[in-house]
Amino acid sequence: MELSSEDNNLTEKFLPPIEQESDVELETKVKKYLRGEGANLETLKDKKLKTQLASREKLYGKSAKTAAKIEKWLLPAEAGYLETDGLEKTWRVKQTDIANEVDLLSSRNQYDIVLPDFGPYKLDFTASGRHMIAGGRKGHLALVDMMSMNLIKEIQVKETVRDVAFLHNEQFFAAAQKKYAYIYGRDGTELHCLKERGPVARLRFLKNHFLLASVNKSGQLHYQDVTYGGMVASIRTGKGRTDVMEVNPYNGVVALGHSGGTVTMWKPTSQAPLVQMQCHPGPVSSVAFHPNGHLMATSGKERKLKIWDLRKFEEIQTIHGFHAKTLSFSQKGLLAAGTGSFVQILGDSSGSSSSHNYSRYMNHSMVKGYQIEKLMFRPYEDVIGIGHSMGWSSILIPGSGEPNFDSWVANPFETSKQRREKEVHLLLDKLPPETIMLDPSKIGAMKPSRRKEKPSRGEIEAEKEVAIEAAKSTELKKKTKGRNKPSKRTKKKKEMVENAKRTFPEQGHNNTASKKRRIGEDAAAELPASLKRFARKN
Amino acid sequence: MKIKTLSRPVDEYTRERSQDLQVVFHNFDPSLRPMEKAVEYKRALTAAKLEKIFARPFVGAMDGHRDGVSCMAKNPNYLKGIFSASMDGDIRLWDISSRRTVCQFPGHQGAVRGLTVSTDGNVLVSCGTDCTVRLWKVPRPTLEDSSVSSENFIEPAAEYVWKNAFWAVDHQFEGELFATAGAQLEIWNHNRASPVQSFQWGTDSVISVRFNPGEPDILATSASDRSITIYDLRMSSAARRIIMMTKTNSIAWNPMEPMNLTAANEDGSCYSFDGRKMDEAKCVHKDHVSAVMDIDFSPTGREFVTGSYDRSVRIFPYNGGHSREIYHTKRMQRVFCVKYSCDATYVLSGSDDTNLRLWKAKASEQLGVILPREQKKHEYNEAVKNRYKHLPEVKRIVRHRHLPKPIYKALGIIRTVNDSKRRKEDRRRAHSAPGTIVTKPLRQRRIIKEVE
Repeated sequence: MELSSEDNNLTEKFLPPIEQESDVELETKVKKYLRGEGANLETLKDKKLKTQLASREKLYGKSAKTAAKIEKWLLPAEAGYLETDGLEKTWRVKQTDIANEVDLLSSRNQYDIVLPDFGPYKLDFTASGRHMIAGGRKGHLALVDMMSMNLIKEIQVKETVRDVAFLHNEQFFAAAQKKYAYIYGRDGTELHCLKERGPVARLRFLKNHFLLASVNKSGQLHYQDVTYGGMVASIRTGKGRTDVMEVNPYNGVVALGHSGGTVTMWKPTSQAPLVQMQCHPGPVSSVAFHPNGHLMATSGKERKLKIWDLRKFEEIQTIHGFHAKTLSFSQKGLLAAGTGSFVQILGDSSGSSSSHNYSRYMNHSMVKGYQIEKLMFRPYEDVIGIGHSMGWSSILIPGSGEPNFDSWVANPFETSKQRREKEVHLLLDKLPPETIMLDPSKIGAMKPSRRKEKPSRGEIEAEKEVAIEAAKSTELKKKTKGRNKPSKRTKKKKEMVENAKRTFPEQGHNNTASKKRRIGEDAAAELPASLKRFARKN
Repeated sequence: MKIKTLSRPVDEYTRERSQDLQVVFHNFDPSLRPMEKAVEYKRALTAAKLEKIFARPFVGAMDGHRDGVSCMAKNPNYLKGIFSASMDGDIRLWDISSRRTVCQFPGHQGAVRGLTVSTDGNVLVSCGTDCTVRLWKVPRPTLEDSSVSSENFIEPAAEYVWKNAFWAVDHQFEGELFATAGAQLEIWNHNRASPVQSFQWGTDSVISVRFNPGEPDILATSASDRSITIYDLRMSSAARRIIMMTKTNSIAWNPMEPMNLTAANEDGSCYSFDGRKMDEAKCVHKDHVSAVMDIDFSPTGREFVTGSYDRSVRIFPYNGGHSREIYHTKRMQRVFCVKYSCDATYVLSGSDDTNLRLWKAKASEQLGVILPREQKKHEYNEAVKNRYKHLPEVKRIVRHRHLPKPIYKALGIIRTVNDSKRRKEDRRRAHSAPGTIVTKPLRQRRIIKEVE
């Protein structure tokens, strides 16, 4: 083993310069596959453990290197690009120019579907990008197979539809209708009516946890596990009505944008928000998350678009000029912003992963009457879906989609048997809602000593509020034979509220340990004269 | 202007004919897999739970003896057979796959104390308390023998009477000699009626003997004066000797590292020694509550199985201080002998209740032919469980074993006793001049001295 590594070292020294450059590229790729720094083994005193961990670290290095080489040589497809020469700018390139240069199969992805009667359309794609559900405000729901451009099912629910979302695959989708949210099967049958949530404004699905998250018209956040139907959490945000809700795919937290300009992030196991950020001076109109989980884009009504780094919760960049009603990030990091009938695509012009600089990449303006309702990039394709007031369209954006899919993660060419198997595996790997946290890499790491996480003050107060509300809203049994006096009822209710409050001890008294006070230890002047004989004589 | 967009022609990404395998593409980029660590943890938890669900280690019991089983011997050339002997002189050859007796070797008048097979598998040597050593010719298993209906009774090929009762016997590897343990250590040849060589030290009897698999001339013995001695046949006296605090019931050499031996002691622990340097134990394996009666190594050299007076069988890793597995049954009484099968899959235990029991070495192992996909899934489950086995939820499931009540209570008492001893020791140290109280490490504490 040692001889071969020596040989490798020797050959590496005499590589030509081109090979050495590609070595640098390989280094960055290897870093990506190593997923962070290795453990510091110098501090270990246990020799057996040290040797075991050292050999494991070596294995990790080897596997990361192999994965980097596979990425370089063995992946079947390459990403799309748009390169202009000379003085020509990328944002002046129109869709018609693109259609002339590109092959037939791709140009089939540029189209406009005009459905003027059914109101602005909202879209959602499945994880593999193969199926799309479009929901028009006036009640039109359409399930489309994008690869064969085949309409699988369309139904008219005859009610306002405010949002649509797919569940774990194309067999189930949820629609937020006038009074309640409903879950439909693939053939359009209504499977469930989700009455507990009330009138829902936005619906999103958390894939790894099988949780359907929604925010309703009174600003309440609901999480429901769709495998057994139980409501995991219903949280009163206390910030009023909002219909801006997005899920961060990296860690599963839900972000709400409020009318005061704050963006709050929530997890189902706590009643208080994880993070509250003051993003804009006015109301937040849209929020979007980069797939790597570190970047968030928010747009406010004051016509600014801000890019935030979520690791430090700092603003990286501000883009002035337009009020983006809808935002979306693509798999490769392009940001699409839609205002009125104009779509602007921004790309990261700096190559490094640490600094980001978003600048104009492409534009697309539609016919003046088409007001854009929702933008969403289609996964694994260089296509963006636009839902607008006159139907939906799709245009080509080179370089936006991930070129190589993994069949075990999301397969656009799935057969029904593969889909069934995948569903079973997804269910086996379903994560409990407690795993949603800001930094998901903490799972599996050893936590130092602390047995139980102490909740913060804000969390305790929020829990207290909820408990008091629950106590107040319990219905007392109606007693007969003269035992149902109003005075007794009010007394009993007060008692229940007091009990609920008692489970939360007062916060301020933790620091000073209450010492038992002996009679007469402080100034004897406190004691009345008759008790002075009991004062302690020091 | 150069433009390229992604386009995937369907025939490149799907299979050509229906008899082909499905086309699978891989992209190992971590950004395609959010929350991969949480998913892996969930899989580790599921794997730990599945392992417990499939853990059914007891395969079967072999019934036939009329008195407690005192010793067993395995034939290195024939995987399916095991010899066992009981306290009333009954020696049987069992067929493990059908769990029936193939033939019996009657003859001994008292308890049979030692059984061993020569390396070529032809000669079975037995010794007992009736002061005799008998040699038997092992019947060759033919194709007809697979359905065993008739029980054969075999006559001994040779019978040697000697002066004192014997306690153990072991055969040399690749040689013609075998050693018996009795009042002295005696070395015999197949053809001679009296021993060719004998070793004596003091007046105490030798209770167990074991030849080294790597060096055919070296053997280890343990005597009732609490000593472990290593002899070399080419020399006239002992090579190494240590005296411990309690007597050793049985010794086993590691087949993969023949310089290491492990001794099963009367105080409930097993001590692993390096044969070249016996003043300190390399590892102390503690988990049994009562005396450890027998010990046998797996052919991989990575594990050994012990049977103890506390009615349980434990499997230990060769370098680990605590057992990986414990097997017990309400019906199994004091375990006197254990053997690890030669394919490292099964463990056999012979106990006081006249039964030989067959257990799986890995309790949740799927026996039989395993498809390659199944094999990969088993390996993945094993690997992901080992990655997270130190975390509390997974650890609790992996570690969980049901212990019989007497053992559970005894372990609690032992823990209390050790805690109080340690506390007393700490207080003594705290109240005396620093450096006066020196604790010997456990590896050396149980060894009194090395002699010679």
